[in-house]
Amino acid sequence: MHYHTPASFDEAAALAASATGITRFLAGGTDVLVQLRADIVTPDTLIDIKHIAGVHDIIQMPNGGWQIGIAVTGAEMTEHPALAAAWPGVVEAMDLVGSTQIQGRATLTGNLCNGSPAADSVPAMVAADASVSVCGPKGAHKVAVLDIPTAPGRTSLAKGEMVTAINLPAREPGGGDAYLRFIPRTEMDIAVVGCGVNLRVDGGKITHARVSLGAVAPTVLLVGEAADAIIGSTLDDAALDRLAAAASAACNPIDDKRGTIEFRIHVAGVLARRTAKIAYDRAIAAGE
Amino acid sequence: MSLDDVKTSGFKYVGTSPDRPDGVDKVTGRAKFGADAYAAGMLHGAIVRSPHAHARIISIDTTKAAAAEGVKAIVTRADFHTDLSGENWNIMENVMAGDTALYDGHAVAAIAATSVLAARDAAKLVEVTYEILPHVTDVDEAMAQGAPIIRAGAADNSVPDGLHPNVVRYHESGHGDVDAGFAEADLVIEDHFRTEATHQGYIEPHACLGTLGGDGKGEMWCTTQGHWNVQKICSALLGMETSQLRVTASEIGGGFGGKTTVFIEPVALALSRIANRPVKIVMSRSEVFRASGPTSSTSMDVKIGMKKDGTITAAKGVFRLQGGAFPSAPMEFTAMCAFAPYNLSNVKQIGYDVMANRPKQAAYRAPGSPMAAFAVESVIDELCKELGLDPIDTRLKNASHEGTKASYGPTFQRIGLVETLEAAKAHPHYSAPLKPGQGRGISCGFWFNFGGETSVSLALSMDGSAQIVVGTPDIGGSRASMALMAAEELGIPYENIRCTIADTASLGYNEVSHGSRVTYASGLATIKAARDAVKKLCGRAAAKWGIDPEAVDWVDGCAVPSGPNAGDFDPMPIAEICKRMGSTGGPIVGHFEASPEGAGVSFATHIVDAEVDPETGKTSIVRYTVVQDAGKAIHPAYVEGQYQGGAAQGIGWALNEEYIYGKDGRLQNDVFLDYRIPVASDLPMIDTVIVEVPNPGHPYGVRGVGETSIVPPMAAIANAVSQAAGVRMTELPMSPPRVLKAMDDAKGG
Repeated sequence: MHYHTPASFDEAAALAASATGITRFLAGGTDVLVQLRADIVTPDTLIDIKHIAGVHDIIQMPNGGWQIGIAVTGAEMTEHPALAAAWPGVVEAMDLVGSTQIQGRATLTGNLCNGSPAADSVPAMVAADASVSVCGPKGAHKVAVLDIPTAPGRTSLAKGEMVTAINLPAREPGGGDAYLRFIPRTEMDIAVVGCGVNLRVDGGKITHARVSLGAVAPTVLLVGEAADAIIGSTLDDAALDRLAAAASAACNPIDDKRGTIEFRIHVAGVLARRTAKIAYDRAIAAGE
Repeated sequence: MSLDDVKTSGFKYVGTSPDRPDGVDKVTGRAKFGADAYAAGMLHGAIVRSPHAHARIISIDTTKAAAAEGVKAIVTRADFHTDLSGENWNIMENVMAGDTALYDGHAVAAIAATSVLAARDAAKLVEVTYEILPHVTDVDEAMAQGAPIIRAGAADNSVPDGLHPNVVRYHESGHGDVDAGFAEADLVIEDHFRTEATHQGYIEPHACLGTLGGDGKGEMWCTTQGHWNVQKICSALLGMETSQLRVTASEIGGGFGGKTTVFIEPVALALSRIANRPVKIVMSRSEVFRASGPTSSTSMDVKIGMKKDGTITAAKGVFRLQGGAFPSAPMEFTAMCAFAPYNLSNVKQIGYDVMANRPKQAAYRAPGSPMAAFAVESVIDELCKELGLDPIDTRLKNASHEGTKASYGPTFQRIGLVETLEAAKAHPHYSAPLKPGQGRGISCGFWFNFGGETSVSLALSMDGSAQIVVGTPDIGGSRASMALMAAEELGIPYENIRCTIADTASLGYNEVSHGSRVTYASGLATIKAARDAVKKLCGRAAAKWGIDPEAVDWVDGCAVPSGPNAGDFDPMPIAEICKRMGSTGGPIVGHFEASPEGAGVSFATHIVDAEVDPETGKTSIVRYTVVQDAGKAIHPAYVEGQYQGGAAQGIGWALNEEYIYGKDGRLQNDVFLDYRIPVASDLPMIDTVIVEVPNPGHPYGVRGVGETSIVPPMAAIANAVSQAAGVRMTELPMSPPRVLKAMDDAKGG
């Protein structure tokens, strides 16, 4: 195994491009090191990217949007009041990952690039319409978070490509987001179903909405029908019923040790209702 | 011993809760656990395990592994003793597969190398050729016609004709006429119950350091509940004289019954014998789940008849337990404990020990009893509901008491079930209002408790302080309890006593720390050893005073003349006697060796409030109260700890813990992420009530408390969840998908 500590993204991407065998980027290491120790993945090349300048920064851009460095930890996001006020759903989703100790290491980028369909922060980012900045052989460009995961454990990033930052849009007036997951315990568990909702209200009426689901399909889902079910409504009971039905209908889950197909489909609807209510209340509060 | 000989009042130290003597070591990291041992030239072991549930081992090619860098020894079954029978053979077969790998994770070979990584890498180079055989992991399927036979001829002569060869032992007991009893009942309810295997979940994985030289002398350091047992089994499996192996128990990071046998210890010794160097082996968590000793899974049928006034007229239970690929499931305990709380005229219980392609089950707190309680107490709850009876009053009406002929045969002496039920009924929890969506469950539970071989030595130092040497690993604060009992007898402060767990070369045989026996048996032996020392102390004072030893009493740490006729002497303190012991007859040591047989049985009653989310089936335990008879609580805070720990593990067993096997017979959840023990935020504060009904078999009335506390939780929680969900839950764990489905099915969905 070769271990590298590049000082720049270009250097890191070049190392990845020229590496043979299995390559892993190391930021928090909360997936990579666990997989290594459990004999699940033994990388030939390990590229430690947390020494690159700026990767620990959370920056608000002139347009009000946010740029989150790839080595920013969950704990650092939670401790950032302005980010938490703008995107509480994203910050809370990341905060659900692991224990206090894990929160001191785990990163939003790692949670995305690990490719787990059950990653908590990913549905929240998809609902938020987040994107990632990517560098590599094709040059710097942006990709929607929705388009990164392609299958369990796989991403659309090509060899030599790497994420250099995560971008969240500016929080529009009258907007709010939320993320909830279902686990059988109260913490320290992996989502059986996850749901992210981001919406805007005007005069109590929902004008825009994005609804996403995690752990109910091979990759995160953006459920347009679920968003359509509540746009134009005041999130009344009928809208919530339509939302739940659309969320359940979008699921394509598996039966596994964490839950049955039937259970996941049902709970996706339940969580969509509960998550939408929180996002709606936040949006109303933000609009006041 | 009669109750008149039991000291029940006037204690100075017993009944207080000082800090444990080993506490600072444990919170500062100074305590040495199994994996904390190092030796010069030490090698590291790694074990090659079967990826198949059932497979014939055609060949094991170690050529590549032997050539790998750092490899110093490789062992397979051929490197162990061959002339074994009975349980030694079973353990040998479990420790290292012979002709056939019997479960996913079964050890087939082992490597010792100069580093952990070298050993792990070399283990991957061992080429095992398997012929995959059909497998079965479910208890009912393993008993069914046509099921793959795990091992022909494994059944003993208790098994009736016509049963599948995987049924290896059979038990039947009871009294009266159950058919006549059911005929007398106003309501008879029968139901079928199933529980999945769970793991003790001790935080410390198995770890050991073994040395076995060419001179045939061995040393073993390991995390265990009983090092004499390790000595006995390892020496048998290695073909050596028992006394030539000295075993030292490390501090133990939890056992709960799971560390009462051996897994890696004989392997480390076999590797060491070849390499002629110390070998350390530490299991990963995955290895612990796959290849140590979880509980049995069960399939049970329970039928109980009741009159309208709550009188139970008859009870019958059939208990099928799967205990892995060996005769080992504790089905007789399940059967014998099932109806023990109740005074029944007509009772019958049947048990089946069934083999399947799973690891050999090991003890887990009151082995076998919690499953029985789940089934029996659920049926009683249902009867109470149907007949409109109060669950505690109904249990009181039928409760076993002194003189009851127990369902499993003997006649109970003084027992405390009625007292626990009365305390539960009087507890504010029982009458507190419930919120919508919540249910309240009650359950009783029973465990035998145990005595066993016990040897204790108590040596006095020249300054009058004392050192107790016991042979039972401290798994629940027992050093504190021993020191309190010795302080009481010697009349010296708790802090002036040090309690050490001795190695196997330093004391006579000590039975494993199991059966809730330590505070009872080692405690009894500590008290008797202290009394032996006190007798010798009195003798020294008598000699000094020139009076008869019988004329000296021991009061508050001093020898005193027993009365005016004995003479007029000032009290002689322990320190003064000990200071001169060298010139007055030599060292003063008290000791006691016996197999105490008066372990008092123990009962508990638990009250649980559960809330079920009707949309997801998720259960929250919102309030929990444990009421249990301790006989006498030597160290009340640690007794409470045992009560709370049993309830906490029971909550996990009830709600989410389970062994999940795939269709391929492989364990799917071999890490704590997916084997879901409760986390701290899953648990409410667990309230405790210590009931003290003295056990006539102990000088202070102690009953063991460690195991009974896990017997009622699953039943009590099931009764609470069933009430909250509006549907009877008959299968564990009551995980959200299972509860949600049951609620949907009950609605006719």
